[in-house]
Amino acid sequence: MIKPQEIRKIGVDGLLRNNPTFRLVLGTCPTLALTTAAMNGIGMGLAVTFVLIFSNAIISALRKVIPNEVRIPAFVLIIATFVTLLRMLLDKFIPSLYESMGVYLPLIVVNCIILGRAESFASKNPVVHSAFDGLFTGLGFTLALTLMGAIREILGAGAIFGVTLWDFRIEFFSSSAGAFFVYGISIALFNFVYTKVESRMHKRKFEKLYGHQELTVQEEAK
Amino acid sequence: MGTFMMIVILAVFVNNFVVVQFLGICPFLGVSKSTRNALGMGIAVTVVMTITCLITYPLYTYVLVPLKLEFLEIIVFIFVIAALVQMLEKFIKKFSPPLYKAMGIFLPLITTNCAVLGVAETVIDKAGMINMVGSSGLGTSVLYGVFAGVGFTVAIVILSGLRTKVDALTPAKSVKGYPIVMVTACFMAMAFYVFNLISL
Repeated sequence: MIKPQEIRKIGVDGLLRNNPTFRLVLGTCPTLALTTAAMNGIGMGLAVTFVLIFSNAIISALRKVIPNEVRIPAFVLIIATFVTLLRMLLDKFIPSLYESMGVYLPLIVVNCIILGRAESFASKNPVVHSAFDGLFTGLGFTLALTLMGAIREILGAGAIFGVTLWDFRIEFFSSSAGAFFVYGISIALFNFVYTKVESRMHKRKFEKLYGHQELTVQEEAK
Repeated sequence: MGTFMMIVILAVFVNNFVVVQFLGICPFLGVSKSTRNALGMGIAVTVVMTITCLITYPLYTYVLVPLKLEFLEIIVFIFVIAALVQMLEKFIKKFSPPLYKAMGIFLPLITTNCAVLGVAETVIDKAGMINMVGSSGLGTSVLYGVFAGVGFTVAIVILSGLRTKVDALTPAKSVKGYPIVMVTACFMAMAFYVFNLISL
């Protein structure tokens, strides 16, 4: 079974270290298209999370059965099955979300985050680990989309989660140009903060091990 | 003639697949380092999009709809695209090695290019097509596929041109790479936004 430390590691990887949106820059199409409002970002993020958890679990369960040569078509078939299921469920139970996602809902099939996790994690790890990896990678994606959606909604529409805050609006942020702008700046800020935090953590770990000493290149490489 | 021009302007500029609809962003950012490669990718995508529309539209209208199997469209379409790309690769390799050398490396990437699946999903939406260009049918669908591909090519070639200048800059470390390319694309999107103001 899975140990708590392993869940923690997978969690940190999915949410921060390998954040699909900001660190790996995967799944860019829905990120740019569906962040006009925070609510759209949550909807798309959770849809991808749903597909990721199940596709990761099934692919991991079948990883010893699927021959290596045909693994990509097999993965795509499994992913397409879950996207079809999701589409039927949304059409039946949450029609408003189904409408707002439009053509981007079937396009979850070709979202490179899902195929990427299948290829790099689920095809090599046990079922429970893979399901957790799907969950946390999906949540990392959802968080990033919600954050960007909130920024664009506040600046572009003067609202948050559909609640109007003020009358001040900058149309630019609702347009397609604003999507590229906000995404670019978000990646830059995330990388800036991430490298700062990481270097501090490395330093602390080093001090714990060796006491307060000068960090030399040789020791850092260890 | 009116419909033809309308499809051209709508597919290439007003509803540009890349900078307006955000489809096919991965190759747009990934394969735009040199103009040569960008052009190769653009042509490969255009060819695949055209043939995809030619196959998926009749398949959906004359097979899936009468059999009431519309819910299978995603699975069927992705398999048509994957098989088509594989066949095209074999075909080009056999009959035109120089073309294969120029285009071959881009072909496998196209299977997971959302612009291709996107165009297949767009053209089967009859009401949406009539609303947009005023007609629907096999001819309209294929034309839309061709010019959506041309729109993709135009966007990726322009970006690759801009990037030769941008990549020569030495910005702060956290801005280097994707962030600065995104901001470049932002200015391109602004330029394309002007086409929205055209009344057809």
